[in-house]
Amino acid sequence: MSAPSLGKDLVGLEPLSADQIRLILDTAEPFKEVSERPIKKVPALRGKTIVNLFFEPSTRTRISFEFAEKRLSADTVNVATAGSSVSKGETLVDTARNLEAMRIDMVVIRHGSSGAAQFLGHRIRSNVINAGDGKHEHPTQALLDILTLRDRFRKIEGLKVAICGDILHSRVARSNIWGLTKLGAQVAVCGPATLLPRNVHELGVTVLPRIEDAIQWADALNVLRLQLERMHAGFLPSLREYNRVFGVTTERLAKAPRDLLILHPGPMNRGVEIDSDVADGPHSVILPQVTNGVAVRMAVLYLLAGGSPDWSQQTGGVD
Amino acid sequence: MRPILIQGGRVIDPSRNTDEVTDLLLRDGKVEALGRDLGTPDGAELVDAAGKVVAPGLIDLHVHLREPGQEDLETVASGAMAAAAGGFSAVCAMPNTDPVTDNQAAVGFIVSQAQRAGKARVYPIGAISLGQKGQQLAEFGELVGAGAVAVSDDGKPVVSSHLMRTALEYARTFGIPVADHCEDPTLAAGGAMHEGLVSTRLGLKGVPAAAEEIMVARDILLAELTGGHVHLCHMSTRGSVELIRRAREKGLRVTSEACPHHFTLTHEACEGYDTNAKMNPPLREPEDREAIREALRDGTIDVICTDHAPHHYDAKEREFDDAPNGIIGLETALGLAITELVEGGVIDLPTLVARMSTTPARVFNLPGGTLAPGAPADVVVIDPAAPWTVDAETFYSKSRNTPFGGRELRGRADLTIVRGQAVFRRTPPGGRASD
Repeated sequence: MSAPSLGKDLVGLEPLSADQIRLILDTAEPFKEVSERPIKKVPALRGKTIVNLFFEPSTRTRISFEFAEKRLSADTVNVATAGSSVSKGETLVDTARNLEAMRIDMVVIRHGSSGAAQFLGHRIRSNVINAGDGKHEHPTQALLDILTLRDRFRKIEGLKVAICGDILHSRVARSNIWGLTKLGAQVAVCGPATLLPRNVHELGVTVLPRIEDAIQWADALNVLRLQLERMHAGFLPSLREYNRVFGVTTERLAKAPRDLLILHPGPMNRGVEIDSDVADGPHSVILPQVTNGVAVRMAVLYLLAGGSPDWSQQTGGVD
Repeated sequence: MRPILIQGGRVIDPSRNTDEVTDLLLRDGKVEALGRDLGTPDGAELVDAAGKVVAPGLIDLHVHLREPGQEDLETVASGAMAAAAGGFSAVCAMPNTDPVTDNQAAVGFIVSQAQRAGKARVYPIGAISLGQKGQQLAEFGELVGAGAVAVSDDGKPVVSSHLMRTALEYARTFGIPVADHCEDPTLAAGGAMHEGLVSTRLGLKGVPAAAEEIMVARDILLAELTGGHVHLCHMSTRGSVELIRRAREKGLRVTSEACPHHFTLTHEACEGYDTNAKMNPPLREPEDREAIREALRDGTIDVICTDHAPHHYDAKEREFDDAPNGIIGLETALGLAITELVEGGVIDLPTLVARMSTTPARVFNLPGGTLAPGAPADVVVIDPAAPWTVDAETFYSKSRNTPFGGRELRGRADLTIVRGQAVFRRTPPGGRASD
């Protein structure tokens, strides 16, 4: 049986087929168990070298990738650079060439410019994994969101997911839109009109202008982090007003026709886009998302390195 | 200087409504005569133009030649040679050089560099404001005295409506147009491409069409207020075309230009973060492209210009957000215009010659654009059917930043004559230069 492969890089979910997305999710399932073992390590990527190249600050995503790599026995190096490469003097293409010269196997890149992961992937032979590029995509975040939804609802097809908040600047929103729609979910976006991108309905999503509408409609809410600098850039009058008009609160959720699953990619602004009692409440899967993040990233690393989906049947390392 | 007799070509001169197969005699740097049986003057060079188009040399009102300041990208000489190879006998150089062309010495420098190069004519455009800072008017009188043919702060919009008003009023004294790069900087801030579905998918900050149209509307209102001549640079949107059409119906002194990339490509060209498709104004939507084509057909937009903007390959080899705007255009403009507009059924060859030669000469009040006896012997011989493939490596320009590499085009210049002298001859493949 020939399973679909992922190709060389994972730059986003837009270029992937539904089968490729399912392959990653299915491969992640057995990797969940690895993290529950007393010795959380398999030899799948033994001897592989991976660079985590972070041009933007990140705690959660970087640590999640690093755990995924270490649990697969890869050798890893973290490079964290504040600001864009241009302001540092060295261009991204020079950075890429240097990495190439060091014969590393994989690069995980987080960068402030949309397209940076694809740019790197086109210029080096190593596998490139996008850990978030500008406002473009954050594919592993969407994959862990979808895996978490699948854990709870058993299937994605027909599910109604509302993505709430700053859609305009969100790579998480874009990757979720692609991934969910490809798997047959119905997707809505909800947020202030100033934070919705032009022509967003042409991506195959419904636009819901009010959070109350989203709560009436959805099976699950994916509540995005509101970047505080958006207020200073004039997109919003105040955080207080944002919470009053768009915040996901217990009072609003009480009017939902059914129990809503609550996702949030973190880090949260408690009391802004989400109230604490919702974030910590019984329908929140915010921490299971984090757990799933490691499994999904293990699956992506493993598949790009050329592993086959039935790794758990194998006894030794994979090369 | 040998006389040149161009024989048997289809001579197109929109200035006199000429379109006939005939001969053209150039002598002493001027057009001497048009017609059959002109005789062969002693020592004349004979050019066989059978199957070719003979037209007044093309004129590009909008190029960036990067000298002084960025001579690694382009020089007056290399730009003038690239122009000649593209069929242009004259180009107008924008003042966003380093230092800015905002004084008579800077204008004189470009004039002298162009004379030394001896290829296409290069007419400097002076800055509207000192240092293109948008505050204090440059000395238009001295700029014009040194050879400037227009003023513009191109690359930057004139943000202050007051400054634009005074520029339009003051320029009337000298009979020159004020050319404006129309862009509302607060709407365009941080934008990397057109705002639409593609920018949404790519996660790039978009520039809405309204950023251009707001300034087009303002400039039209100021042209009405002042009676000055405003020339709107590189129009790219359907809304701009509609505004210009209304202004023309009112008889205002509003002229405008459009670039081959805006009548050829759309924002889809930015897919894959291709930085050679990054320019300002950005590539727009199919409806905008259609509106630009229609405006070039009906004359709402007067002229085709290139906005030739050389950049080093390193500068384009980076993240889309950080790559500079602009593409080179001198050596592809004619081929794109013939392929897209003439073969595409939008305009005929005489209209093309009008948009690329006769009308540009009128808009900026330049010599040329005509084959009337006594006019400067600035002539282009075009092979309108020649198929060719764009290969930037063969360009005379020092830069290679074009989104058209590998594109198959029809039509190009075979011979460009300036002041009665051949400044460019296409060497046939595998052969010697044609006589």
